[in-house]
Amino acid sequence: MGLLIAQLLTGLANAAALFLVASGLSLIFGVTRIVNFAHGSFYMLGAYIGLTLMNILPGHVGFWGSILLAGIAVGLIGVVVEILVLRPIYRAPELFQLVATFGVILVIQDLTLMTWGAEDQLGPRAPGLRGVIRILGEPVPLYDLALIGITPFVLFGLWWLITKTRLGVLVRAATQDREMVGALGVNQSWLFTGVFFLGSALAGLGGAIQLPKGGADLLMDFNIIAAVFVVVVIGGMGSLPGAFIASVLISVLNVFGVAYLPSSTLVLMFVVMAIVLTVRPFGLLGREEVAGEHGQVGEPERPIRPFGLTGRLIFGAIVLALALLPLYGSPFAQVLITDIVIFCLFAASLQFILASGGLVSFGHAMFFGGGAYVSALAVTYADTPMELAFLLAPLGAGLIAILVGWFCIRLSGVYFAMLTLAFSQLIWSLVFQWGEVTGGDDGLVNIWPAAWLSDTTAYYLFTLLVGLGGIVFLRHVIHSPFGYALRATRDSARQAEATGIDVRRVQWVAFAFAGMMAGLAGGLFVFSKGSIFPNELEIAKSFDALIVVFLGGVKTLSGAVVGGAFFESVKDWLTRLEYWRLVLGLVIIGVVIVAPEGIVGTARRVGERLGLVKEGEGTR
Amino acid sequence: MAEPILEVDALHSFYGKAHILNGLSFSVGRGEVVALLGRNGAGKTTTMKSVMQLVRPREGKVRFGGEDITGWPAHRVARRGLGYVPEERRIFTDLTILENLEVGRQARREGAPFWTVEALFELFPNLSERRHNRGKAMSGGEQQMLTIARTLMGNPGLLLLDEPSEGIAPVIVEQMARTILRFKDEGLTVIISEQNLHFARAVADRAVIIEGGEKKFDGSFAELENHPEIRDAYLSV
Ligand SMILES: Nc1ncnc2c1ncn2[C@@H]1O[C@H](COP(=O)(O)OP(=O)(O)OP(=O)(O)O)[C@@H](O)[C@H]1O
Ligand SMILES: [Mg+2]
Repeated sequence: MGLLIAQLLTGLANAAALFLVASGLSLIFGVTRIVNFAHGSFYMLGAYIGLTLMNILPGHVGFWGSILLAGIAVGLIGVVVEILVLRPIYRAPELFQLVATFGVILVIQDLTLMTWGAEDQLGPRAPGLRGVIRILGEPVPLYDLALIGITPFVLFGLWWLITKTRLGVLVRAATQDREMVGALGVNQSWLFTGVFFLGSALAGLGGAIQLPKGGADLLMDFNIIAAVFVVVVIGGMGSLPGAFIASVLISVLNVFGVAYLPSSTLVLMFVVMAIVLTVRPFGLLGREEVAGEHGQVGEPERPIRPFGLTGRLIFGAIVLALALLPLYGSPFAQVLITDIVIFCLFAASLQFILASGGLVSFGHAMFFGGGAYVSALAVTYADTPMELAFLLAPLGAGLIAILVGWFCIRLSGVYFAMLTLAFSQLIWSLVFQWGEVTGGDDGLVNIWPAAWLSDTTAYYLFTLLVGLGGIVFLRHVIHSPFGYALRATRDSARQAEATGIDVRRVQWVAFAFAGMMAGLAGGLFVFSKGSIFPNELEIAKSFDALIVVFLGGVKTLSGAVVGGAFFESVKDWLTRLEYWRLVLGLVIIGVVIVAPEGIVGTARRVGERLGLVKEGEGTR
Repeated sequence: MAEPILEVDALHSFYGKAHILNGLSFSVGRGEVVALLGRNGAGKTTTMKSVMQLVRPREGKVRFGGEDITGWPAHRVARRGLGYVPEERRIFTDLTILENLEVGRQARREGAPFWTVEALFELFPNLSERRHNRGKAMSGGEQQMLTIARTLMGNPGLLLLDEPSEGIAPVIVEQMARTILRFKDEGLTVIISEQNLHFARAVADRAVIIEGGEKKFDGSFAELENHPEIRDAYLSV
């Protein structure tokens, strides 16, 4: 009994920071409709800034003052981000906003590294709250009790702000109808900035207040963002009480999970989310989301055309040059191009679902890594011959996509994005925590291709064949009747329905197909490396693909391929720089704001202007 | 006509590629009540939105109190004293009636009637009884009253009312007509868009008829009586 209560208290204490961060995200989303991926970065900044201040300011006042000041400082940083990065793109499609905030994550990561260094930092303990007290014989840290005591005040304070002040009235009105609020004389820009300040400050407070329990490190941003998304999605986007209930639910569950099912702590959270969303697709207290602009990117699409003669010739020449590479290129070049082709296929599969399907998946790595793991498991445990194991990669990934798709397809927009992200985290945590089977962090090794492919050149040609074949096949599907039906569901679900298209089914099949093609890339990957580790399933991997598709140009498959080739080639060089994240982040933000059509789109526009390419012609 | 408070000058507005307003011009004198008439899809709502800059006119000018407000953000237009009551009402259903009024609140304005919450509740007693209720379960008439009251909280000098009589019980329509006449007495300038000719005639001094985004008639209701062919051509009676 005592143990149970102690665990419950720990859970409630953990809920404090989680709720602070989640309520901030929810608030920002409610008013601006932007899902701020950089919210975890604000949390991390709150921790570091709080830490620095605590080292300067002494005593009780110093400790609690530092927490408050850290919140304010992070709020101001949020304002800078809002004004510089988000203001120019409030009218842009969701995907652009999400990618831009991801750029912010990268920038903040490196700025944090520059300022505070790479070592994990221990948080100071709260003055006067260092000890534990015993409750029914079990030790409970005093600081936990303090956090439990503080949370209701925070909740009350927010409640008061939202229900009793003019700002709160405007925030709630804007959550419902921004334009009308503007027509009544309220300057939305400042309302947005104000809300961003508040939301970021809450994240900063959350980061600072957890210092005595967790300290500060450079992984905090990614570590909390998945949990925060889960909380916000379970509670209902934009709902503060929902965020509170979900924070408590998740935190308590986590503590009991650690105690009774230690190898499933991470998984548990996502299972709960899946259950809640199956019953209530918009969360416990959320309300139905009005479908936003999903895959449609800016101006209307040009009509799709088959490759022109020039396009075919160029493509043929590239294929020929690549196929003959073993005659003139070094083995190193072959390995590099193997990597590039694999990554291009992965990116192309994402581009397919994103642009043609209008479904912004944030967890596409679950199919890439998932396929790779299926092959690796088959080889490791069943001694499956490579040829068969390789085929299991796309099949396995396709199966995962069918399962995950069943949950996700019913949602759209940001809900879809978040749910795919959460599922990819679910699969990542399964692999990561189920060490006996998957090797956990140590991965699975010795997954080599069959004898006839073991030579570098042989595998290079195999990859070329399968990889380019896969890309051509994707292109073929985009131009097939199925591809047209898919785009119809994207442009207007209702109209598509009226013409007799089964919208859900078409989207589901497309999602499974995209997953399968990503799995194919994963299969190529695992046998080229001979091993697989959980990081191929991480959020960062999904984001790599998104960034590539984005940088290349969202609208065209060739954009994904060009972007993939570009990214893989510069990655090697880029990651040698000390602060490559900063560079990449700034490039991403710059592209979103300045050249949202990406490399291929911009090149074509410039080409048209110079008269090199005829209007509407070109690669697709 | 008294000194014009609003001048709409050769306005062209678009939705994407659809050309909706086609060189529309008219002006409204201070203290006047003007009815904007026309069939469904004639462009009445688009005209109001273009005046408010909720739709940005691609060509032409809107002048308010002599000042060129074309291209301003809508909140600045509202702060200059233009009050807009949308056709779909767009009340904030999650907010109580009092909170809805709070969203519209602006400072007192020189040369325009000043409204307090209490004065508005006196004008619309139905709202007063339900001031703490949310906007969800309200009748069409109550919603219309709330939108008007909400806009008046900004103390506008010119009120744009888009189809105030649409979807409201006849008794309330009559009450609405009296209310608009009272605004006129208070010195407020009003533009209403209407399909209900009877209602328009009861409250307005002048009619502007549009069709296909162009002005087809501009004059008194007496004049309109003398030209039944205009009425038959552009109004669905
Ligand atoms: N958001 C929009 N996008 C595209 N076209 C629109 C949009 N809103 C209105 N239209 C078109 O513009 C034209 C004028 O519409 P508007 O709403 O101004 O007419 P109205 O006179 O107010 O009609 P009603 O009496 O039905 O309210 C119509 O043909 C309508 O179909
Ligand atoms: Mg209208």
